[in-house]
Amino acid sequence: MSSPPNPPLFPHRHLLGIEGLSAQDITSLLDLAEAAVEVSRQIEKKRLTLRGRTLINLFFETSTRTQSSFELAGKRLGADVMNMSVATSSVKKGETLLDTAMTLNAMHPDIIVVRHSQAGAVHLLAKKVDCSVVNAGDGAHEHPTQALLDALTIRRNKGKIEGLTVAICGDILHSRVARSNILLLSALGARVHIVGPSTLLPPGIERLGVKVFRDMRPGLEGADIVMMLRLQRERMQGGYIPSAKEYFRFFGLDEAKLKHAKPDALVMHPGPINRGVEIDSNVADGSSSLIREQVEMGVAMRIAVLEALAQHLPNG
Amino acid sequence: MKHSATTSSIAHRPLALINARLIDPAALSEIAGGVLVVDGLIREAGAAVVLANLPAHAQIIDCGGDCVAPGLIDMRAFIGEPGAEHRETIATATLAAAAGGVTTILARPDTNPPVDEPAVVDFLLRRARDTGRVRVLPSAALTAGLKGTEIAEIGLLQQAGAVAFSDGARSICSARVFRRVMQYARDFDALVMHYPEDPDLAAEGVMNEGEFATRLGLAGIPREAEAIMLDRDIRLVNLTGVRYHAALVTTALSLDIVAKAKADGLPVTCATSINHLTLNENDIGDYRTFLKLAPPLRGEDERRALVAGLVSGVIDVIVSDHDPQDVETKRLPFAEAEVGAIGLETMLAAGLRLVHQGEIPLPRLIAAMTIRPADILRLPQGRLTAGAPADLIRFDPDEPFVVDPAKLHSRCKNTPFDEARMEGKVKLTLVAGDVVYEAE
Repeated sequence: MSSPPNPPLFPHRHLLGIEGLSAQDITSLLDLAEAAVEVSRQIEKKRLTLRGRTLINLFFETSTRTQSSFELAGKRLGADVMNMSVATSSVKKGETLLDTAMTLNAMHPDIIVVRHSQAGAVHLLAKKVDCSVVNAGDGAHEHPTQALLDALTIRRNKGKIEGLTVAICGDILHSRVARSNILLLSALGARVHIVGPSTLLPPGIERLGVKVFRDMRPGLEGADIVMMLRLQRERMQGGYIPSAKEYFRFFGLDEAKLKHAKPDALVMHPGPINRGVEIDSNVADGSSSLIREQVEMGVAMRIAVLEALAQHLPNG
Repeated sequence: MKHSATTSSIAHRPLALINARLIDPAALSEIAGGVLVVDGLIREAGAAVVLANLPAHAQIIDCGGDCVAPGLIDMRAFIGEPGAEHRETIATATLAAAAGGVTTILARPDTNPPVDEPAVVDFLLRRARDTGRVRVLPSAALTAGLKGTEIAEIGLLQQAGAVAFSDGARSICSARVFRRVMQYARDFDALVMHYPEDPDLAAEGVMNEGEFATRLGLAGIPREAEAIMLDRDIRLVNLTGVRYHAALVTTALSLDIVAKAKADGLPVTCATSINHLTLNENDIGDYRTFLKLAPPLRGEDERRALVAGLVSGVIDVIVSDHDPQDVETKRLPFAEAEVGAIGLETMLAAGLRLVHQGEIPLPRLIAAMTIRPADILRLPQGRLTAGAPADLIRFDPDEPFVVDPAKLHSRCKNTPFDEARMEGKVKLTLVAGDVVYEAE
C-alpha cells in the first residue's frame, strides 16, 4: 500500500485528552472546524467522509448536549450512529467496562465516543479496542472536545488565543472541562486565571502554570474571557461551600463582578447553567455571552475531530 | 453598645484619670501616670498626664494610686440570647461584665437558634446596641446548625458582623469536614476558634481522669481527649494555613503541642480559662457541681503548667468561660449536672490571686485579658495607645472582699468562687470614655 501524498493533519489515532497534543495538532483541528461551521449553516449539511462507517456513542454518564452533538456530527459526516446509554446497557446487569468494550469491538465499529464517570476509564477502554476512541469526558480528568470547542469559540470572537487572559471560575476541583481548558489554553499561549473557593480548587493546581485566585475581583482583572463552570447540585449544600446563596454572593458571575474584567470581556459556560448559582441571568443572556455560540461550535468541532480521526481508519 | 452614660457630659468633655498606676499590656510594664480621654478615645497615656498638663475644662478623676488598665476582653462567654434568657441576657451579662472590668465580650454562637445565619448576627448586634452596657461582639458558627457536617455561611456571617467563628462547646469530629471549613475560612481570612475535645474518647466522663475521680466513683476524661483533637487540628492548620485559636486548653500535653506549632510558625493561638488557672480537681471536694466544667478541672500539676504557659506566652489569652446555669440544672447528682460556671464578674479578682501569690506579674495577667485577645480578634481596644478606644478600668488590686453570689449581677449564681476571699475590686469601668460601672 502506498503512503498518502500528505502526512495526516492530526497524527493520533484516538482523541483521549488535550494532554499530549501539540499546538500544531490543536490548531489543525480548529482550522478543520472552521470549515465545518460553514457546512452546518448550509441547507445541505451532509458530507460523505464517514459513509459506511459506524460510530458508537457509549455514554456511561447521562449527557444531553455532548451526546447529541456527537450524534449530529457523525450523521452530518454520513456515518451510522448508534447511541448506547448506560440505562439500557448490559453494564446495568454487571458487565465490566472491559467486557463491554470487547463486546462492542466485536461489532467492528470505526469510532467509539465514550463518556465515563471514572478518570482513566476511556484510556483503559482505548487499549482494548481496535477502532478510534474519542474521550467525551472521563471523571474529573479531561473533556477534550469541550476545550476545543471553547477554543474555537474564543478564536472566532477574539481572532486569536495567544496573549489572551482567560479566567476559569468555580468548581475547578470536579471539573474535567477546567483541566482540558487549562492544558489547551496554556499550549496556545493564553494566560489562565483560576478562581474559586479553596474547597473547590484541587491541591497543586498552581503547578499547572495557572494563577490562582480565591476572590473574583482580582481573579477577573484583565480577563478577555470569563469562563464559568457548573456547580453540581449535590455540591451546593455544605460539603464544599455553605450554600447556593453564599456561593452566588461571592463566586456567582453578575454584572458587578464582570466589571472587573476587561470592558470587552466575553462570558462562556459549558452548560447546562444554574441561573442564580454560578451565573446571573442578566449575564448569561447578555450581549457578552457566548454560551449559545458554544453549542453551535460544539457540533462543528466534533465534525472536525471525527474527520481528523477518519484519516487513520483502515482504508481511510 | 449604648447606655445611659452616653447622654452625660462625660462623653463630650475631656476626661483625665490621674495619679494612677498604669498597667501597659503592650510593653508588659507599669508606670505612674494618667490617661487623658477625648471624644471616647485615648488621647494620651503615660507619666506626662498629670494635673498641670490637662485641658482646662477636663473632668478629673484622681485614682489615688489605684491601677488603671485597658478594659478586659473576654473571648469566651455565653450570654443567653437568643433562646436562653432564663439563664442570662445581654443586659445582665454586660452588667456583670462592667462590674468585673470586662468591656468587650465575644459571645458564644451555640445559642438557640445558633448564630449560623446573618439575621441572628444582626439580631445580636441590635440587642447589644439597645440593651448592652459593654461591647458585645458576635462569633458565628463554623458549621451549619453547629452540627459539624456542613460549612456555615462564613462569608455572609462575616459581612453581617461576626468577628470570629466557632462551634461553641462542640468539637468538629470529622477531619474531612474541618479541613474544608478551614480552607473555606482561610479564603475569608476568618479566625477559626475550636474547642478541642474528642467526644468519643471523653465519652461518659464527668471530671478529670485519675485518682480523685476514682475516689469519687466518677467517670474520668483523660487529658489525651484534648491533646488528640488539638494535635489533629494543628496538622489541619498546617495543611490549610487558617488562623486557628484553641478556645480552651487545660493540660501540659496541649501546651507542648501549641508551643511546637508556634515554633513552627503556624498561625496558632490558645486560651485557657480563669477557672483552670486558679482551681484544680480537688476543689470539687464533696461533689460541688459548680465546679463541674468542660473541659474538667485538672490536677494541680496541670494548673501549674498552665500558669507557666501563661508566663512564657505559650498561652495567649485568659477567658472567663462565663456559662450561667440555673439552680435546677446544677442541683443534681454530679454526673447529671450541667457543666459551666459564671465568671465575667470575678475574672480579674481571681486572676489577681496569681499575682498576689507571686505566680505571674500583673502586666502579663492583664495582657492575656486585653491586648492579646484584641490582637487575635484584630480589635483596636485593649491597649493604652493614643487613638485606641477609651475602654478603661480602674481597680485596687489589694482591696479584700468575699464573693457573695447574691450580689453578683449575672442572672445565675453558679460561681465556683462562692464565699471565696479575694483581693482586687474594680472601682470604675469606662467604655469609649463613658462610665458604665462605678463601685459604690
